[in-house]
Amino acid sequence: MPETVLRLKGITKRFGAQLANDDISFALQKGEVIALLGENGAGKTTLMNILFGHYTADSGTVEVMGTALPPGHPRAALAAGVGMVHQHFTLADNLTVAENILLGTRPLWRLGQGDARARIRDLARRFGLEVDPAARVADLAVGERQRVEILKALWRDARILILDEPTAVLTPQETEALFRTLRLAVAQGLSIVFISHKLREVLAVSDRVLVLRHGRLVGEVRTRDTDRHQLARLMVGADLPTQEIPPVPEGPPLLELRAVSAPGLSAIDLTLRGGRITGLAGVSGNGQSALAALIAGTLAPTSGEMQAAGLPAGPGWSPQAAIARGIARIPEDRHRTGTIAAMTLTENAILEAYGRPPFSHRSWIDWRAARSFAEEIIAGYDVRCPGPDTRISLLSGGNMQKLILGRALSPEPRMILANQPTRGLDVGAVAYVHARLLEARARGAAILLISEDLDEVQALSDEIRVISAGRLSPSFPRGTTSQAELGAWMAGHGFDHAA
Amino acid sequence: MEHLDILLTASFWAAVLRIASPLIFATMGELICERAGVLNLGIEGIMVIGAFTGWFAVYAGLPLWAGVATALLAGMAFGLLHGLLTVPLGLSQHVVGLGITLLATAAASYAYRLALPRVTTPPRIDPFQPLPLPGALAQTPLTYLAFLTVAVTAFVLARTPLGLAIRAVGENPQAVEAQGLSVTALRLGAVTIGSGLMAVGGAFLTLSAFSSFFFEMVNGRGWICIALVVFGAWHPGRALLGALLFAAFDAYQIRLQQTLGAAIPYQVFLMLPYALSILALVIMSRRARVPAALMTPYNRGER
Ligand SMILES: Nc1ncnc2c1ncn2[C@@H]1O[C@H](COP(=O)(O)OP(=O)(O)O)[C@@H](O)[C@H]1O
Ligand SMILES: [Mg+2]
Repeated sequence: MPETVLRLKGITKRFGAQLANDDISFALQKGEVIALLGENGAGKTTLMNILFGHYTADSGTVEVMGTALPPGHPRAALAAGVGMVHQHFTLADNLTVAENILLGTRPLWRLGQGDARARIRDLARRFGLEVDPAARVADLAVGERQRVEILKALWRDARILILDEPTAVLTPQETEALFRTLRLAVAQGLSIVFISHKLREVLAVSDRVLVLRHGRLVGEVRTRDTDRHQLARLMVGADLPTQEIPPVPEGPPLLELRAVSAPGLSAIDLTLRGGRITGLAGVSGNGQSALAALIAGTLAPTSGEMQAAGLPAGPGWSPQAAIARGIARIPEDRHRTGTIAAMTLTENAILEAYGRPPFSHRSWIDWRAARSFAEEIIAGYDVRCPGPDTRISLLSGGNMQKLILGRALSPEPRMILANQPTRGLDVGAVAYVHARLLEARARGAAILLISEDLDEVQALSDEIRVISAGRLSPSFPRGTTSQAELGAWMAGHGFDHAA
Repeated sequence: MEHLDILLTASFWAAVLRIASPLIFATMGELICERAGVLNLGIEGIMVIGAFTGWFAVYAGLPLWAGVATALLAGMAFGLLHGLLTVPLGLSQHVVGLGITLLATAAASYAYRLALPRVTTPPRIDPFQPLPLPGALAQTPLTYLAFLTVAVTAFVLARTPLGLAIRAVGENPQAVEAQGLSVTALRLGAVTIGSGLMAVGGAFLTLSAFSSFFFEMVNGRGWICIALVVFGAWHPGRALLGALLFAAFDAYQIRLQQTLGAAIPYQVFLMLPYALSILALVIMSRRARVPAALMTPYNRGER
């Protein structure tokens, strides 16, 4: 008879009118790894936040080792042996690794950091979580931060480990290392809830898969009895669309960077050609944003030359110049830089072009032209919304992204800077964005696709470059490199020989 | 150079320590609040309340140390009010802080008028006396307490789990909650204690420096302390250095007024410490690391 360590019964949670968790029940056995699979917005994080006591459920109970947890008390969950690695790390940057781990575990006055450090090192070794206890968290890379998060839980002797999308920020190699750690943890008697929306990982790491869709538990299968297709169908509610990539003749070079350096970038050589998608793979924070800013005209290079559409893009290169030269931009963060939340769809649609005809005549804005442009985008790009006068903050992420896509692509730009164009979108919206980018490729646009999702980069790109610590790898044509090889470049291996 | 000779006299250094003392208390108070993530602009008013309540307690017949305790408690009460409005209710820290300053200042005047309706010259009390030590060391016990406060603050912040939690809650409240601690309790506690120290800083003025209470006596010292916290990059030791530096400028300009007062309008000298402080602030604060969650209210279950 297996021992049940965790049981959720009838958890329901509403945010306003939205049902984030709808009557969810499941049990976790000792030594088991269950995967919680679901698209973005399916309610995975909400469910775990209820379990841990960050949120209180509208109804339902959480039982650990047979006793019910008081709702809304992270302290009680911790004491009962629940450890949580949050989707967004909960570390204080100004403290050391050891301090972050000790926080809240000691009586008021005695810290005793000295012997704690040695014990943290021991623990880290036991679970394959190499990290220096004396290092400041601010100086750590994301992969190391995650190891600290896991150590925080293990330090408190967690019996149940919950990991919320732990691989989202990791290279393939780091993901492998994480899986090894999880196996070590299971071998030492821990039970694990592993949250992800990536099918491959779920299949690799779990014993049992629970599938969440629109807040509801829609399926429960044993991992060894299932496959990608069944899981995808459960997760999305339909078969995954497959993307055909037709051959397109290669066009002229449209955007060229020669030995360009800038803060965060060193000696970048990059050529984007018409009819080609160049995928830029890499762990976030390795210079992607700087490169995008450089091309978009918000960052000035310190040295090197840049050409756009055959003309130099030298001093005075600005966002307006980039737009005028035919560079369209899908910004990395659609909330922060892509849209202005308090403005309507119409206003957001003309954000980049309000100063030029047809939207402006003698410095007066022609609202009729603006509105009909917004209506065109809404119809042409399937933006689900009440109308062009709706505030854009009321749209879901996918629909917001479609508006941005329409704004960028409908003038038929020659160059497209697509920075994380599908981050956080559901599968349907992702397929839509991909199809539109491929359309632009077919009519001869040069596209730079910046993405942290290796599957996406490999699926769409005619050639792949890897960015690591501000340097670019050589170009790998489609189908010539494995994920492991790309992962090695992402981790910074190979650059010294290439240089 | 006779102007530099000033720096060698014991009386100059005695003045520096005296001028610095109230600043040290209040700066430590503000530093504790800000380390926990709460900007406390109530500091100016809380110093006024401290000056008044401390003085009034002694005027009413209590011993001097009871006056200090009264000021501490009064400051903590206003700090608690500030904390309740800014932490669980998450109101704007700027607005609440300025409101507390206005409220506390007005409350002090009102209470003063109520208690002493017909008095024209402010009544005096017997203040703390300097300890019988040589030279600049001849200070009142409150000055020594100020330095002790710095040592204790530095030790608690750096070496104890409580200090660790305070540093963490000003940087990332989510980290604190995820470790099972209460963000609300920590911030509320820090603002309350910190405000108590500010009030003791105010009480120094009436119980140690001037021996009576005037309405204008705090005179912007609270605002200086806010700058000193930035100057000190949120570290107690460096903030102490800043307070001493400011006090030295101030003591120096008083003496310069006496020697050069005929040639240059005295307002120029009054301006000097502030101008130099701004300069020092510009130079020092460029590298300072602000607590990341300073001024950001934390609401559980929201994002
Ligand atoms: N604190 C919150 N306030 C309002 N809505 C929320 C909050 N947290 C989550 N939601 C909503 O609940 C739904 C589920 O979100 P979440 O649990 O984060 O999904 P997942 O982790 O599966 O991506 C989403 O539609 C999200 O917008
Ligand atoms: Mg989530």
